[in-house]
Amino acid sequence: MNDLHTILNQSAIDAILLTLRLAAVTTICLLIIAIPLAWWLSQTRSRWRAPVSAMVTLPLVLPPTVLGFYLLVMMGPTGPIGQITEAIGLGLLSFTFSGLVVGSIVFSLPFAVQPIQHAFESMGKRPMEVAATLRARPIDAFFNVALPMAKPGILTASILSFAHTVGEFGVVLMIGGNIAGQTSVVSTEIYTYVESMQYAQAHWLAAIMVVFSFVVLLWLALMKRQTRAMLS
Amino acid sequence: MNNNIQIRVDLNRPNFKLCCDLALPYRGITILFGPSGSGKTTLLRCVAGLETTFEGRIAIGQDVWHDSEKKHTSPVWQRPIGYVFQEASLFEHLSVQQNLNFGLKRSQSRHPLEHSIELLGIGDLLKRRPASLSGGERQRVAIARALATAPQLLLLDEPLAALDEARRQDIMPWLERLRDELHTPMLYVTHSSQEAARLGDHMVLLEHGHVTHSGDVADVFSRIDDQDTGAILTARVVSKDQPWQLAELAFDDLTIWTADNNLTINQTVRLRIAARDVSISTSKPLNTSIQNQIAGRILFIEDDRHPSHALVTIGCGKSRLLARVTRKAVHTLDLSVEQKVWAQIKSVALLV
Repeated sequence: MNDLHTILNQSAIDAILLTLRLAAVTTICLLIIAIPLAWWLSQTRSRWRAPVSAMVTLPLVLPPTVLGFYLLVMMGPTGPIGQITEAIGLGLLSFTFSGLVVGSIVFSLPFAVQPIQHAFESMGKRPMEVAATLRARPIDAFFNVALPMAKPGILTASILSFAHTVGEFGVVLMIGGNIAGQTSVVSTEIYTYVESMQYAQAHWLAAIMVVFSFVVLLWLALMKRQTRAMLS
Repeated sequence: MNNNIQIRVDLNRPNFKLCCDLALPYRGITILFGPSGSGKTTLLRCVAGLETTFEGRIAIGQDVWHDSEKKHTSPVWQRPIGYVFQEASLFEHLSVQQNLNFGLKRSQSRHPLEHSIELLGIGDLLKRRPASLSGGERQRVAIARALATAPQLLLLDEPLAALDEARRQDIMPWLERLRDELHTPMLYVTHSSQEAARLGDHMVLLEHGHVTHSGDVADVFSRIDDQDTGAILTARVVSKDQPWQLAELAFDDLTIWTADNNLTINQTVRLRIAARDVSISTSKPLNTSIQNQIAGRILFIEDDRHPSHALVTIGCGKSRLLARVTRKAVHTLDLSVEQKVWAQIKSVALLV
């Protein structure tokens, strides 16, 4: 940490740690939500499939500020989410870490759902049918056949969710308000540095982001090659 | 106790209808035979419970698996079946041993795996991953995996169709062993008349979602309306004529000679005698190159597909032979039912 202090000041380090914490929490929450959602989307023939699928994809095309704005309004004291969280004693989520987590989950949802849904769909119905003929109940077959077979998709989803959360700006700025030590993540911190003409700090943080993103994408590409080699 | 397999299915899909009412013996191998699109796979899936939206009743003896009138359907995982899919569909994330254990653990079967492993010759593959197996090996593992649950009924959906001819010949003897050594009844879907003739005991012919024939395999085979029409016989090797490389096969009280393909005395074999290879003579033929001449009695004379031909069924002991002859020959020889004739057999196909 001492070495780090020579090039980065405390608020930059705080921002990095907060970013990593936010990305980790978000990724875990996303997997818990995205796996059942992706399974439902891959199996259902319900007429709700198309609208739900569109809703899940929406964050991909909306400007993050639009998403952040609506979430901020909904989490505020007059918004529906705000009223619920206040009623159950959680207080307001806007301008808090929890609020950032909620925003990040919504923002990265398509990045988590799509690879997992694709993995379930490409598996087809056959493995589940085989499992059933071998006496496995549906839930048993899901955990012991579908989930292990979708592992590459789940891994991709985790990496993308993590990286995408690290890279987000608009949503966290809107919901978190860039409060140092509480809701200030790397991307908003860079913005602060640039605003206050601290270009050296901005350079370091920006460079860290570029290297991080490159390493993540490289890892994904290598992993894909490995799974392909394993299957052929 | 009524130990039959009852399959009554009335299924309507936009482009497909399946309608049948079958009572099948709960023993041996029953072949579901027909061209692709005839509904044989769908029928098998109905029995397994993989299709559930149909009117009808599926029952094995007293166990009712599906009864649309009583709104009852047992889920697939509760039915005591084994299912072998056309593609082996092994779990790629598990080893061969783990694939076998999957069903074994869940069925609480006390049936030891060793027997299936030995029966299908996969002892050396247990530690391997499915991805490293050949097509024939994969299919043998899939069969062993289905057997590991100690099923009361084994369902096989064209288990050899995805394999090339050489692999098919590799697996056939294993399936014959299953038939002869296990006493698990099987429903076997195929469109190969060779597999049907070699393995089947009972046979159901399906066409466009309807059953056209159901009965003993030898009877049904004589009904297959194509150039393969012929008789199926089960015979035993009784003697060998080493200098001439021939083997003598006995069925009922009759014998015929065939080329000796490493047969052993007392071995049981299936034969197919195509109708086009049988000719009829009203007296014992002399001075002919044909070695096999069997005396019998004409049971039926029927029209064949082509108006120039007739299909003559000849009863020889308890067995039947089919002869395809011209209608002109029927007229010239003045053939009639109950007449005593000699069937001359030009060639015999050994189904081994």
